[in-house]
Amino acid sequence: MPKNPSIKKVLVIGSGPIVIGQAAEFDYAGTQACRSLKEEGIEVVLLNSNPATIMTDKDIADHVYIEPLTVEVVERLIIEEKPDSVLPTLGGQAGLNLAMELEERGFLKEHNVRLIGTTSETIKKAEDRLEFKSTMEKIGEPVAASLVVESLEDGIAFANKIGYPVVLRPAYTLGGSGGGIAHNQEELEEILANGLRLSRVGQVLVERCIAGWKEIEYEVMRDSAGNCITVCNMENIDPVGVHTGDSIVVAPSQTLGDKEYQMLRTSALNIISELNITGGCNVQYALHPESFEYCVIEVNPRVSRSSALASKATGYPIAKVAAKIALGYTLDEIPNAITGQTMASFEPMLDYCVVKLPRLPFDKFISAKRTLTTQMKATGEVMAICDNFEGALMKAIRSLEQHVDSLMSYDFTALSREEILKQLEVVDDRRIWLIAEAIRKGISYEEIHAITKIDLWFIDKIAILVEMEQALKTQELTAELLKEAKRVEFPDNVIARLTGRTEEEIRDMRYANGITAAYKMVDTCAAEFAASTPYYYSVFGSENEAETDSGRKKVLVLGSGPIRIGQGIEFDFCSVHCTWAFSKEGYETIIINNNPETVSTDFDIADKLYFEPLTPEDVENVVRLEKPDGAVVQFGGQTAIKLTEALMKMGVPILGTSAENVDAAEDRELFDEILEKCGIPRPKGHTVFTAEEAKKAANELGYPVLVRPSYVLGGQGMQIAINDKDVEEFIGIINRIAQEHPILVDKYLQGKEIEVDAVCDGEDILIPGIMEHIERAGIHSGDSISVYPAGSISDKVKATIEEYTRRLARSLHVIGLINIQFIAVGDEVYVIEVNPRSSRTVPYISKVTGIPIVPLATRVILGHKIKDLGYQPGLQPEADYYAVKMPVFSFEKIRGADISLGPEMKSTGECLGIAKTFNEALYKAFLGAGIRLPKHKNMIITVRDEDKEEAVEIAKRFEALGYRIYATKGTARALLEADVSVRLTRKLEQESPNILDLILGHKIDLVIDTPSQGVEHSHDGFIIRRNAIETGVNVLTAIDTAKALVTSLENTDAKALTLIDIAKI
Amino acid sequence: MKAFLILEDGHVFTGTSIGAQREVISEIVFNTSMTGYLEVLTDPSYAGQAVTMTYPLIGNYGICYEDMESERPWPDGYIVRELSRIPSNFRSQDTIQNFLEKYEIPGIAGIDTRALTKILRESGTMNGMITTKEYESLDEVLPRLKAYTTGKVVEKVTCREKKVLENDGLKVALLDLGAKRNIARSLHERGCQVTVYPAGTKAEEIIAAKPDGIMLSNGPGDPKECTSIIEEIRKLYETDIPIFAICLGHQLMALATGADTYKLKYGHRGGNHPVRDLETGKVYISSQNHGYAVDTKSLDPAVAVPAFENVNDGTNEGLRYTGKNIFTVQFHPEACPGPQDSSYLFDRFIHTMEVKKNA
Repeated sequence: MPKNPSIKKVLVIGSGPIVIGQAAEFDYAGTQACRSLKEEGIEVVLLNSNPATIMTDKDIADHVYIEPLTVEVVERLIIEEKPDSVLPTLGGQAGLNLAMELEERGFLKEHNVRLIGTTSETIKKAEDRLEFKSTMEKIGEPVAASLVVESLEDGIAFANKIGYPVVLRPAYTLGGSGGGIAHNQEELEEILANGLRLSRVGQVLVERCIAGWKEIEYEVMRDSAGNCITVCNMENIDPVGVHTGDSIVVAPSQTLGDKEYQMLRTSALNIISELNITGGCNVQYALHPESFEYCVIEVNPRVSRSSALASKATGYPIAKVAAKIALGYTLDEIPNAITGQTMASFEPMLDYCVVKLPRLPFDKFISAKRTLTTQMKATGEVMAICDNFEGALMKAIRSLEQHVDSLMSYDFTALSREEILKQLEVVDDRRIWLIAEAIRKGISYEEIHAITKIDLWFIDKIAILVEMEQALKTQELTAELLKEAKRVEFPDNVIARLTGRTEEEIRDMRYANGITAAYKMVDTCAAEFAASTPYYYSVFGSENEAETDSGRKKVLVLGSGPIRIGQGIEFDFCSVHCTWAFSKEGYETIIINNNPETVSTDFDIADKLYFEPLTPEDVENVVRLEKPDGAVVQFGGQTAIKLTEALMKMGVPILGTSAENVDAAEDRELFDEILEKCGIPRPKGHTVFTAEEAKKAANELGYPVLVRPSYVLGGQGMQIAINDKDVEEFIGIINRIAQEHPILVDKYLQGKEIEVDAVCDGEDILIPGIMEHIERAGIHSGDSISVYPAGSISDKVKATIEEYTRRLARSLHVIGLINIQFIAVGDEVYVIEVNPRSSRTVPYISKVTGIPIVPLATRVILGHKIKDLGYQPGLQPEADYYAVKMPVFSFEKIRGADISLGPEMKSTGECLGIAKTFNEALYKAFLGAGIRLPKHKNMIITVRDEDKEEAVEIAKRFEALGYRIYATKGTARALLEADVSVRLTRKLEQESPNILDLILGHKIDLVIDTPSQGVEHSHDGFIIRRNAIETGVNVLTAIDTAKALVTSLENTDAKALTLIDIAKI
Repeated sequence: MKAFLILEDGHVFTGTSIGAQREVISEIVFNTSMTGYLEVLTDPSYAGQAVTMTYPLIGNYGICYEDMESERPWPDGYIVRELSRIPSNFRSQDTIQNFLEKYEIPGIAGIDTRALTKILRESGTMNGMITTKEYESLDEVLPRLKAYTTGKVVEKVTCREKKVLENDGLKVALLDLGAKRNIARSLHERGCQVTVYPAGTKAEEIIAAKPDGIMLSNGPGDPKECTSIIEEIRKLYETDIPIFAICLGHQLMALATGADTYKLKYGHRGGNHPVRDLETGKVYISSQNHGYAVDTKSLDPAVAVPAFENVNDGTNEGLRYTGKNIFTVQFHPEACPGPQDSSYLFDRFIHTMEVKKNA
């Protein structure tokens, strides 16, 4: 069936800010879909509140709205833009829920807009627990015994009937929010109450626990003519019980025979046909490990994280094909872009093994529980490809960038056999390392399997790696042994460590014996057809098939690896734009990256894609083959920057700012010299190595001080210390993390934090705009609300900033991008941080100023001058609207994480509010971040002493808005003295009803709780904040954020929001 | 022990010997299925060929005897990237290593199967030798490789005697040209009484048994070698008994009725081939294993018209015989291994038989 000619203008809804459970994969899917639609001549209207995405670029869609994802906004947008269709299945759960709400309200019908892709009936059948269950029963597909409950009582009764443990799954939530396994009534009550609240429709499914069964997924495609295919199946190494987003996943399945494989494949096709899905769909199964019994766990009638993984694992572009199907094409009419010869109506065959590992945020949330459950906690993931499982696992491990390079990286050697057996009961992110130790201690496969339920096949593979460690430790390193170690992807540094040699010796021995990496192609068809898309992975011991002679100049673009707090999707945005810009200049572009969720690892972004870990050795292997004319490191975040030195050693010219100058910005002493030379002040500080030195430095500077390790990401390990005790504790924490760099102790200045991104061509600079932070210095820039243009600072300060930026960029010989953070105290401007690279704010400032910073920087790197690129150097004129970037957090997903903001970054994503007035922009930004007020008009204020004065003012303003204010004793007294009517609530340690009961009563809109600086010695605040977050209450921990919120509420008419098409900027 | 795979074009791959250590010359083909290695090994259509598995990890779930598609493995040789050290599956009864040894199938592991596949894809299927002997010169070996022909292999794989799978439904005569067990099983499951005849059975004997339908199975080798079987099939064509044929059976029926077959460059072997039903336009993913195809240009529309085509390369995948209750497909609706999407064709066959019977 050809394209439906009545589809001319399509609204694509994105997934909003990056949160745990909904990350970059939807930018990948959305971008691919938009390009696929535009290729068909469709006019695309895009809505997404996330400015860091590639899909919100004006070259991806025709009309781009970075607006809050609310029903009101979509309705207004439909009225204004008049699309004829809405494509809701590419924006994750957020987009799907919005579309469903519009459909249910009859709005779409009323405005003659249709949902394309998958119908609302289908979505409902798949998403609504009851309908799903009855549909499955109708076609004889088994589901675990279950009941949808809407109350605690019903849940308890059903659990008693089917017996504990039971699994709880709230309806319409993402990433399994609020779900879990309850082993007894007490746990059931806790999880169920939470789940009922989080579900959009107040429904939670209580079901028979199938924990321990194999978890298998199928990615299925279907077109409107009823043709179906499966793109890929995947096996979770972690059995049912761990969210698939947190599981180690392998593709294709490894322990299923053809009978099981086809049984589940046929089931998946039956399901997609019965649900009448047109597009992509993910079906999850629990398969009994010792019979053919299986249960359908879940169906996602849309593209998902798993479909992004399946696309990258197979080369089959699911989102692109889904978009074409939505337009009416059938699978046999859509060409397979990878082979160029076959059609989309075939099933990819892999001739390699893919392993995905989750990137978990426990290095950021040290206090959080590391246990993995049915609630997803990972912020991102890495994927690795090899022709054997062991190799894929080893590559995936070192792609994580969590100081792990082998199965020896977490040290469990001190544990006794009994302790290991006990520890194996706990499912956490270090389990495979623990299994390796169990094998080293001689614990049998069967014992390990009995506890973990992990299939023996995987345990044996871990054992093979452990045996290789032993062999390298104890045997003579022959060429044969080295060859075998490389076949299973032991990195040179690990081999060196185990054999007592140097890395160079190992490398030399490899080269002497011809043991080098070869590259194989991901071609969707196991080499059956010649493929035209150069998407490669490395193997040892095989023939190389990557062709390297294009005759063009080659540039190597280093990606940014897994999405983690502090290094998110924005760096993928930069990498992709840089790649496109190089391509326009006639270069052959080569990307190395390992993140399956991103646009940069889509097969048609660069001329060549190497899906590889980003370690010096892995990069060197590509370099030896490709011999690039240069490499760009300034767009891939710290991941790429960290490779600078290694690249120089390989003889690859670093394009743009040189490595020495990158170093100068990070090296305290060199940097101080430069600042002095430029006449730029910075907060006083010292470089230290020990706690003693740190205390001495702190006392000399005077408390409070900032303590942080050098070479950090997202402020990791950075803290404000108010006394010696804090310093001791922080240094302890820093030293626990592998630390080769010195520690910095700086005077903490409380002023206005200001940030600029600039392009420098060696002489001139271009500053698209100055951004100011709402929160005072001390809160990580990534967690602060950022406002453009900076309205509250004087022209004098702006001029100083422009001048300082120019001086710094010149003295650091920046060619390309620079990001500088300042503190303004009155008219005095201090520099606090300089990063000679792209930053988190680059996508946002590019979009709101309309200045394409990354392409400009790329052209500058290639020798063009700013003046020749059509721009007047210096600070650009301010826009006539405001743009507010708001951080978004995922605290509710991470049990035990402290939510109070400080110098260490904690947000997972961001959204944007853009409007003609500051207040409206601010309101939209809060709305986009999910703060939709007012609801019950009750709030709690509990602040530290130094914030009381400002708290009074804020309280008065909330009171004027009709809020009823509750406060604990100290704060209440301050408020009463200022004539604010306030209700006293008892503190946590006091008898019930106290502050906790108030929070759990679901009647509170907002908690303003500013924790004392320094290490929080009382645990009360922590418990209050955690409970509030888990109850779905908005919590603000900075007084400035609270002030901004009340300002936005006072001045904005929620019903009269205006929408701005940023493609017209 | 070291083993070598020598191709007739002079390529040599060095790996490790698996299974029997005897030397073998055979036609080298590749199969892209990711699961179902036992079904592939026991598919009689592989007689006279050595199979390369493009999926690199083989043997993961061991050997489960009930999954065998015939009584023994048939390939002359087996070529893999890696054999699993342990089998892991609740039904596994043996390891693939033992299985290959038990049936004396020689093989080679640890070679770059992707590079081999690319050679076969570019140069077409060719002959090769699996050996543990280190030849100093290929001059002696290559002429032997070039001279090898598969020969008549149907005789080798067909059953020796007629056998009956009792049931009380429709009576189906299955001509065993190297049938996979799931063909008989698929019919039997649908209530049919299946009588399996050796390939050399005369048409008269089958017709005399008055079956409700005749099933021509898959099988190995060049269809044109099966001259005497083609003669018998022509006689079956002349009757009005409904006939359903798969793979070799499909090719032989075409040859019996005047059409031609040709050798594909490297065949279709795997579980992901899309076939389009030309009547409905619907596309099914099919299991395939064939090196020859029916030449559509040679078809006389008065005799047969294409019913299915391959979406990838447009080759013929099925024929409908004009004015006859005869329907034949190139792919494998019996799956095993591979997708079960086209198993509805057995239902269609049953329906045809019922209509004929009740007419």
